[in-house]
Amino acid sequence: MTYTQADKNRLRWRSRRGLLELDLVFELFLEHDFDQLTPAELDVYQDLLMLPDIDLLELVDGKTDTTDDRLVPILTRLRHWQVAKKQ
Amino acid sequence: MANVAKRQFDAVIVGAGGAGMRAALQLSEAGLKTAVLSKVFPTRSHTVAAQGGISASLGNVQEDKWEWHMYDTVKGSDWLGDQDAIEFMCKTAPEAVIELEHFGMPFDRVESGRIYQRPFGGHTANFGEKPVQRACAAADRTGHALLHTLYQRNVRANTQFFVEWMALDLIRDADGDVVGVTALEMETGEVYVLHAKAVLFATGGAGRIYAASTNAFINTGDGLGMCARAGIPLEDMEFWQFHPTGVAGAGVLITEGVRGEGGILLNGNGERFMERYAPTLKDLAPRDFVSRCMALEVLEGRGAGKNKDHVLLKLDHLGPEVINHRLPSIREIAIKFAGVDPIKEPIPVIPTTHYQMGGIPTNYLGEVMVPKGDNPEVRVNGFYAAGECACASVHGANRLGTNSLLDLVVFGKSAGDSMIDFIKRERPVHKPLPENAADYSLSRIARLENQTGGEEVNDVRSAMQKTIQLRAGVFRNSENMALGVKEIAEVAERAKRTQIKDKSKVWNTARIEALELDNLIEAAVATMIAADARKESRGAHSHDDFQKRDDDNWMKHSLFFSHDRHLDYKPVHTKPLTVDYIPPKERTF
Repeated sequence: MTYTQADKNRLRWRSRRGLLELDLVFELFLEHDFDQLTPAELDVYQDLLMLPDIDLLELVDGKTDTTDDRLVPILTRLRHWQVAKKQ
Repeated sequence: MANVAKRQFDAVIVGAGGAGMRAALQLSEAGLKTAVLSKVFPTRSHTVAAQGGISASLGNVQEDKWEWHMYDTVKGSDWLGDQDAIEFMCKTAPEAVIELEHFGMPFDRVESGRIYQRPFGGHTANFGEKPVQRACAAADRTGHALLHTLYQRNVRANTQFFVEWMALDLIRDADGDVVGVTALEMETGEVYVLHAKAVLFATGGAGRIYAASTNAFINTGDGLGMCARAGIPLEDMEFWQFHPTGVAGAGVLITEGVRGEGGILLNGNGERFMERYAPTLKDLAPRDFVSRCMALEVLEGRGAGKNKDHVLLKLDHLGPEVINHRLPSIREIAIKFAGVDPIKEPIPVIPTTHYQMGGIPTNYLGEVMVPKGDNPEVRVNGFYAAGECACASVHGANRLGTNSLLDLVVFGKSAGDSMIDFIKRERPVHKPLPENAADYSLSRIARLENQTGGEEVNDVRSAMQKTIQLRAGVFRNSENMALGVKEIAEVAERAKRTQIKDKSKVWNTARIEALELDNLIEAAVATMIAADARKESRGAHSHDDFQKRDDDNWMKHSLFFSHDRHLDYKPVHTKPLTVDYIPPKERTF
């Protein structure tokens, strides 16, 4: 699908999760990566956000791997945000 | 308000975590038309973060009695908990947990098929004699399992979910009765009036008022803000539970096991400061004591980092073997959230806020109770609260682990039952809405739209978080808190002038965050003023100038009123429902 600014804002809001660990990773992702996503990547991101928080955290932490190949590029980007700003 | 759309329900519930969904289930199953509003999809509520379990004296693994659970909870509360509410919760716990099991919640089991129970800090057998296994868990996903179970049951019971809706304000009529809420639909940006016979707040805590918090970003105390603006006082807001070692700047917790394995705390000068405060136990002193020492080091200018705002948790002397084998997830957390590899460098840590003991004043029936004339507790007709946003008060000055999930289901259900009863007996038809029901919310939004030369939301939120962290954190003294009262008042003034650049209507996250800040700031001011006023140390409120608990003068609940920022107090309930009063004792462990 094509994404209007409102659609993108919807995905930004849905990146707010029930777990702080995810909020912190998504915050960096939204700041640095999100606006570069293609419509096809946004489709995948939308699907990724449908996952339960606990499963999503394990994927983002790299504790589990996905069998869905489409998710891999986005997960790679999310996993990249492993280093918080140094104090 | 001709152009504001209205919808009518028997019951409106704000918040779809454990408490909100448990209440909704009760109402929907009773055939009442029930709406649940949630900022996020229900199963992404912060309840999902609860891992430890839910306590109940089932006695499946070891002998247990609800009276012992009650004793532990009263003692844990440092005698600020209301003993009628505590009795109700502990006595009801076994049936509440078995009910969840019948709903399909996948608890861990013992061989006989009964629910397995694990030990948890503060829970004992025979009135403090020895630890008892009382916590029921679904692996480390108890909160997740609870949310999913309750969501499924609600879908089956035809609860109407309004997902990605944010409640804005409570609607009270001329009698002070609650007749609904205003709410913002994020997808359209439209404001609605939701007209109800009864309203329940189950909006969770306001942990984001602190700079260092384990809470998810959604925990902005929306229910507290709405109450404060509508003239409902906030109870015991000075009581917040802290963990000593959250990653500085992130909030993610580093388990205490790290210090058990030999990790030590250093200040900015590289000094092992705990040797000074606790020569024997050193870094293994109790959690609240370590937290206070850490905060004191920072306050006295011996913090680490360029802002000298944290201390360091050193592990590298343990060697890569121990770290990789015994603490692998800690290494991961440190790398990810602190940007340091603990094999080589220490982890920046800071005492971190975890749980709000205070909140909207309720009784054990979930009814919101406020002072009127000489009576400290008069029911607000049509208004209920449950969960972390509410103060029943079962946790008093300090919450026991695993009592939070229990609080959600026991008081969620109890509030649901009270609402059913109220609707049937006292409010069979809707009370009319006041003429101007949405005007106040619309004016708040209009102010935000039209503000020029104002303040950035992020700047004001940061200033608030910094103030509360520094002045109402684990280390509290008169001088510091007096400064905090002055500073938070200044921040609150700035919060009245927030502005947003994005004026779009649909999915305007900047506007939502500005509205959330309005709620946070109410909780922050209440916390600061109530903390400054309490001249004793009790539970999580540890006052350096008044280091003892003072039952003669301070065994009472604080009530903060936002409109003129005054405090009132009301007595602790010392009369349990059926058993004898548990009199105060020195709290030693």
